[in-house]
Amino acid sequence: MNRLPALIRRDLALAFRERSDSLLVIAFFVIAALLFPFGVGSEPNLLARIGPGVILAVALLAALLSLDRLFQTDYEDGSLELLATGPVPLGLVVTAKIIAHWLTTGLPLMLAAPLLSLFFNLAPELLPALLLTMLLATPLLSLIGAIGAALTLGARRGGVLLSLLILPLYIPTLIFAAGALDAARLGLDIYPHLAILGAMLLTALPLCPLAATAGVRQALG
Amino acid sequence: MSFSGHALTCQRGGRLVFTGLDFAVGTGDALLLTGANGSGKSSLLRMMAGLLTPAEGNLRLDGNPVTDDPDNWRASLAFVGHHDPVKPVMTVRENLGFWASLAGSDRLDEALAAFGLEDLADTPGRFLSAGQRRRTNLARLLVSRARVWLLDEPSTALDRHATSRLETVMAAHRAAGGMIVASSHIPLELEQAARLTLGQTRRPERAG
Repeated sequence: MNRLPALIRRDLALAFRERSDSLLVIAFFVIAALLFPFGVGSEPNLLARIGPGVILAVALLAALLSLDRLFQTDYEDGSLELLATGPVPLGLVVTAKIIAHWLTTGLPLMLAAPLLSLFFNLAPELLPALLLTMLLATPLLSLIGAIGAALTLGARRGGVLLSLLILPLYIPTLIFAAGALDAARLGLDIYPHLAILGAMLLTALPLCPLAATAGVRQALG
Repeated sequence: MSFSGHALTCQRGGRLVFTGLDFAVGTGDALLLTGANGSGKSSLLRMMAGLLTPAEGNLRLDGNPVTDDPDNWRASLAFVGHHDPVKPVMTVRENLGFWASLAGSDRLDEALAAFGLEDLADTPGRFLSAGQRRRTNLARLLVSRARVWLLDEPSTALDRHATSRLETVMAAHRAAGGMIVASSHIPLELEQAARLTLGQTRRPERAG
C-alpha cells in the first residue's frame, strides 16, 4: 500500500506542471454557470431556485471534460502498459488515478462552488449544505467517470462516446445532490438525500475501480 | 529459476498468430525472437508480460503457472515495448525515480550512469531526442529489480555507442542470473542466446 502515495504524488505532480488543463476545467465550470443568469434573467428568486441545480449540472459537465486526462495520456505514451505490467496491481494504479483526478478536479470544483453561489443569490446558510453535497457528489463523478474513461481508451471519437456512456450514469448523482440542496433551500432535512449520496459513494468506491480496471485491461490487450 | 511457455496460442482479431508455441529460459539465459513482420514477436512478448491472455497454453515461472501468483509474476518482469513513456514535464531523474519508487529500488544513479544519462538527469523529457528517451526507458530496467527482461526492439533509435551500452547491461544482467527475452531487427550481441523463429512454430534452438 505504500506505493499508492507514490502513484498519487506522480499524478499530482503531472497535473500541477500541466495545471492549465485543470484551470481550464475550473474556468469552464465558472463561465458555463455564469451563462445562466444571462440566459434566464437576473430575477433573484428565480436564480436562487435554479442555482443549486445549475451549479451541480455544470460541475458534472466540467468533470466530464477532464475525464480524458485520467488514462488517455498514460495510454498514448505507453506508461499505462508499463504500470499494468509493473510491481503494483493494476487495480491500485487505477484507484490512485481516480484519487488524483478527484484532488485535481473534484476538489477544485467543490471549492469554486461558493463563488458561483454569489452569482445565483444563494443564501449564505446554504453554503455548508452546498459544500457537503459536493464533497459527496464530486468523488462519484471521478469514480463513475473512470469507468467511461477506461472503456473508451483508444476509441475513435472517444470524447463523444464517453459523454454518451457516462452522462446517463451521472443522473442519479445529480438527482440526489440537487434534492439535498433543494431541501436545504426550503429549510427541510437534507440528511436523507446525503445518506443516499453517501450510500452511492460507498457502493462506487469498491465497484468503480474494479470496473475501470477491467476496462483498462481490455484496452491494453 | 526458469521461465517457460507451454503450448501457447495467440489469436488477434480472429487471426491465429501462433499456436502450440513452447519456450523455456533458465538462469542467465537469453532468448532472441526472430521472424517476419506480423509473425507474432510483439504479441508473444506482450503475452509474456501479461498484457495478452493466451487463447490456449500457459506461462510458468519456476514451474508454477504465473496466474497462481500474479503479484510475484509482475514483480519478476520488466517490459520495454514500442513506446518510451517519458513524461515531457518531468526530468529524466524524476521519470526514472517514479519507476524506482514503485519497485522499491535505490539504483537510480547506477541506472543513469549505465546508459550515460548523468548529464541529462535534470533535463525535462520534452527536450530529449528519440534516442535519449529510449535510453531513459531502458534505464528503467535497472531500477526495476526484475529477473526477467522482456525487450521488444530495444535498440530502436539507439546509436552504435548506446547499443553497446545496452549489450553491456544485458550481459551483466545475465551474469547476475537474470533472464532476457528480446526481439530485434537490428543485430544485438547476445552471447549463447537461444533463437526462436516465429511464423514456423517450433521449439527454440541453441545458437552459437
